Amino acid sequence: MIAPEFFYAAVIVMIGAFMALLRVFFGPSVPDRVVGVDTLNTLIVAGMVLLGAAYDRTIYIDIAIVYALLSYVGTLAIARYLQGGLE
Amino acid sequence: MIEWLIALFLAIGVIFNLLASIGILRFPDVYTRIHAATKCTTFGTIFIVLAAVTYSIYSYYWVQKDPAWITIGIHSALVVLFLVLTNPVGAHAIGRAARKSGIRPHGAVIDELEGRL
Repeated sequence: MIAPEFFYAAVIVMIGAFMALLRVFFGPSVPDRVVGVDTLNTLIVAGMVLLGAAYDRTIYIDIAIVYALLSYVGTLAIARYLQGGLE
Repeated sequence: MIEWLIALFLAIGVIFNLLASIGILRFPDVYTRIHAATKCTTFGTIFIVLAAVTYSIYSYYWVQKDPAWITIGIHSALVVLFLVLTNPVGAHAIGRAARKSGIRPHGAVIDELEGRL
């Protein structure tokens, strides 16, 4: 661990991700849970960038790129399902 | 001096990501939660990636002339490019799907989509 401030920032971002996970658990309706999952995706991308800078690994940041694109496709698929199928 | 710049960018990014999480727990309905979550996480992640890019430039020029630092900076900039392009579109899709599945806005004064869905 070469840059400890990035590691501490990653810990705080993971606390925020846990709070978004509480919305996924206790969300009263299905779109509330989807909003929680979308927030969780963005926070995990931020955490991957922070950990890639903290441990000096390029491969972590490549995984963050792929995860950002795939989570977008997943969110669009769930939204398309919620609005009543392909119209 | 540039270490303080990295710390400032990290503090702004982390504080805005935490505000997004607090907003998603505190706001009353799904539209205000989308409003809080999308804008705050996008802005905070922009500043976190800016801190990573500044750190890679600093490490390349003042610590070690290693091309891996350049790779880390460029790939972090690619992360924020994709995130800025895709995050508002995803939020728009969620909000539209929530309205089409029949969720009214909490305490709405006027609802222009009332009879048109």
